[in-house]
Amino acid sequence: MSLKRIDLLICCGSGCVSAGALKIKDKIQSILTDKGLLQEINIIETGCMGPCDYGPVMVVYPEGVFYKKVTVEDAEELVEEHFIKGRPVKRLMLQDEEKQLLSTQKDIPFYQKQVKVALANCGYIDPESLDEYIALGGYEALGNILTGMTTEQTIELVIKSGLRGRGGGGFPTGMKWKFASSSKSDQKYIICNGDEGDPGAFMDRSLLEGDPHRVLEGMMIAAYAIGASKGFFYIRAEYPLAIKRIKHAIEQAKEAGLMGTGIFGTKFSFDAEVRTGAGAFVCGEETALIHSIEGLRGHPTPKPPFPSDKGLWGKPSVVNNVETLANLPTIFLKGAEWFATMGTETSKGTKVFALTGDVKNTGLVEVPMGITLREMIFDVGGGIVGDKGFKAVQLGGPSGGCLTSEHLDVPVDYETLKAKGAMMGSGGVIVMNDTNCMVSIAKFFLDFSVEESCGKCSPCRIGLKQMLDIMERITSGNGKEGDIEELVQLGGAIKELSLCGLGQTAPNPVLSTIRYFRHEYEAHIKDHACATSVCLDLMHFMIDKAKCIGCSLCARKCPVSCISGSKEEKYTIHQTDCVKCGTCMEVCPVKAISKVPVMHDEVKASREARKKQLESEE
Amino acid sequence: MYQEIFSKYTPTRDNLIYILHDIQDSHPQHYISEEAVQAVSDYLSLPANHIYGVLTFYSMYSTTPRGKYIIRLCESPHCYIRGSENILRKLKNTLNVSIGNTSKDGLFTLELCACLGVCGNAPVMMINDDVYGDLTEDKVDDILAKLREVK
Amino acid sequence: MKTLADLKKIREKAQEEMKLRGSNVRIKIVVGMGTSGIAMGAREVMKAFLEEISQRNLTDVLVTQTGEKGLSSLEPVVDVIEEGKDKVTYGNMTPEKVRKVVVEHIVNGRAVSDYIVSTGS
Ligand SMILES: Cc1cc2nc3c(=O)[nH]c(=O)nc-3n(C[C@H](O)[C@H](O)[C@H](O)COP(=O)(O)O)c2cc1C
Ligand code: FES
Repeated sequence: MSLKRIDLLICCGSGCVSAGALKIKDKIQSILTDKGLLQEINIIETGCMGPCDYGPVMVVYPEGVFYKKVTVEDAEELVEEHFIKGRPVKRLMLQDEEKQLLSTQKDIPFYQKQVKVALANCGYIDPESLDEYIALGGYEALGNILTGMTTEQTIELVIKSGLRGRGGGGFPTGMKWKFASSSKSDQKYIICNGDEGDPGAFMDRSLLEGDPHRVLEGMMIAAYAIGASKGFFYIRAEYPLAIKRIKHAIEQAKEAGLMGTGIFGTKFSFDAEVRTGAGAFVCGEETALIHSIEGLRGHPTPKPPFPSDKGLWGKPSVVNNVETLANLPTIFLKGAEWFATMGTETSKGTKVFALTGDVKNTGLVEVPMGITLREMIFDVGGGIVGDKGFKAVQLGGPSGGCLTSEHLDVPVDYETLKAKGAMMGSGGVIVMNDTNCMVSIAKFFLDFSVEESCGKCSPCRIGLKQMLDIMERITSGNGKEGDIEELVQLGGAIKELSLCGLGQTAPNPVLSTIRYFRHEYEAHIKDHACATSVCLDLMHFMIDKAKCIGCSLCARKCPVSCISGSKEEKYTIHQTDCVKCGTCMEVCPVKAISKVPVMHDEVKASREARKKQLESEE
Repeated sequence: MYQEIFSKYTPTRDNLIYILHDIQDSHPQHYISEEAVQAVSDYLSLPANHIYGVLTFYSMYSTTPRGKYIIRLCESPHCYIRGSENILRKLKNTLNVSIGNTSKDGLFTLELCACLGVCGNAPVMMINDDVYGDLTEDKVDDILAKLREVK
Repeated sequence: MKTLADLKKIREKAQEEMKLRGSNVRIKIVVGMGTSGIAMGAREVMKAFLEEISQRNLTDVLVTQTGEKGLSSLEPVVDVIEEGKDKVTYGNMTPEKVRKVVVEHIVNGRAVSDYIVSTGS
């Protein structure tokens, strides 16, 4: 039995690692070694704890004290004060608005509305320890199923739980299994989709990094249900840590006899391999993913045939998302009824979201389906940072859309979001304050889709590019009457005619912003104005002569020398030459320079003159 | 030199993506040469044009020599909102390179990439296998300086 | 691992290792480890508790620490906190006394009145 008296859980998810968690761990370790305390204190690297914004974060048990934004310099004090003298370091704890200390995770509002199913162990166990996963009930579900349930019963239970795919489509998982199970074949495959390409999404990475055995167990349950003896984890190459962890988990499971032949003394045999992507978003689409595993270009192919019929190497295959699989062990331990008590009529259980943008608490959150956007953004997310107002929330990444404050009380479920023009997608939630220009946000997502379109079908390849051209025209001040209508028409056609989900959903960011922020598009086109001054062609800088003290600093710092004047006459910006770098505004000692959210008349005039000249030359 | 890599994989097409990753990672200039393509083509008994087809489809492969460190700066919305453009400008100026090119000393190649899934700590970049988050212009200086020291 | 029973065995052992984070703790022993406590030998006391408890394989006992309690003259000070019972505070602890407290109080449930400085919350 160990002599340990403290478990120090250091979050080593990618977020915290990128903020320096490993360096802190090394430092603490070396201090403990020097002081001869290593055998009393257990240092555990866990997966993502969720509140990435506060990274690097750590939790010290048995008290459960939660520390945020720890730096290497804090290590000495932590060891000396907390680990030796037992005095938790208050200055590294979270405080609420009234400066009350929030010392443990239980106290922190960020965790209070969350219900952890898929993420239950994430940030709580050592992801590289099979024993810790088992200590929390790991592999019990698999054991129970293999020794006590038929494949039909297994599938029935998942259908009853109401679990739907968490990879974006929301297809009922049990039904998918049923199709694959009824396909006759000597060989079937189960594939875990860990390609997670949606910008703003990182739930699957966190799961794979933080609790790999859970995903593996889920995969084995699915394999048993459909009659597969071989599985593939397809993980994007941008996630080296996730790849390492899942490989490690597979090795451990093999060593422990949890994989291989005759698992739990039954006839079930299973083996799994890891495959990586190489930087192509479209490979997240299941048919493209299958081609990629086969060593081909990751092009999607039309469905049918569905993978459950003809998948990997032509054999029946099920592609399931990482989070979908991670839900399974708990569903079997706690029962389908338990799972179905959470959520709405059509969307059961919980969903993991990656909360980012202008919210106070960015990070990973798991909430019951049906929670309102308001609860998610304001209670869990802590509201908008600073004194800005809420403007919109983007759900579902490049295939999703933006919702506004009028939708804050909408319950988050597959159908409702879709009806409002957004998508559950894979779970990326980007919260935006009122300094964001919706037209350029939409352009950004569209740009992403244009880049990532595989080029196989023309509506997606050509149509999206046309839409992007129009968007670029609008944001650079060259928008025309009728552009909005054209966008809507093109978008509708692309959605109908595209081959795969990429094209079928890529117009959504534009269409949803036109639906809810049409006035912004109109202002861009008709008034040449971008109210948020984000679109540089549709704003200008202005020196207030009444405030200007004629110090000439702006003129000296201007990189294109477009500011002139004198102490007496004060300074003026020559608008046609200005490149809108903003330096003058930054350096002005008396804040005499401000942004004006509309194209300057001189610029407008000079553009028109140039246009006329071009026309006459033709 | 490719034999060592090949010996880890059976000569089947589905190992192509893995083999290419290994070749690229083990080359000091992080790229896949014509000669390598030929070797892979022989080993897997696949036509070279199939291999080029795959190579060019995936954005992580390069057919031209690159630096010792591949900097991949995230240009996805979240990082953009949090100022990835400033970081890009900083990288360009400090390294004196444009996107897709390698610094004169052969150390750094600057590339853009899609979301790295670390958006909670935006803006983010990846240098080889390491992720750096919450970037500021000062931090970029530190990171580059440290890597230059390693040599 | 071949059966559910094997899995259960591993689980029980692993749960043991994780008990600092767990909840099935019957008794909590809190050692005051402020500067004066440490000066008076609190570290040795803590070590003695850890050793005794591990030797006896008392899986439901947790040893932890706290800061100064303001009882300087009685350091090292130790609280024994048991679900549903009054807290017992021992003073002037030494490794020898620890052994007795573990045997009498923790194992047999009889507080060692000679060392007690206060009871109740
Ligand atoms: C362009 C595109 C990208 C996709 N990317 C992903 C992805 O990164 N991860 C994922 O799990 N599913 C992704 N999907 C959905 C998959 O095709 C598939 O529906 C899913 O993996 C099925 O698993 P589920 O039923 O468990 O959700 C994507 C679909 C499309 C059209
Ligand atoms: S948007 Fe940059 S890491 Fe996600």
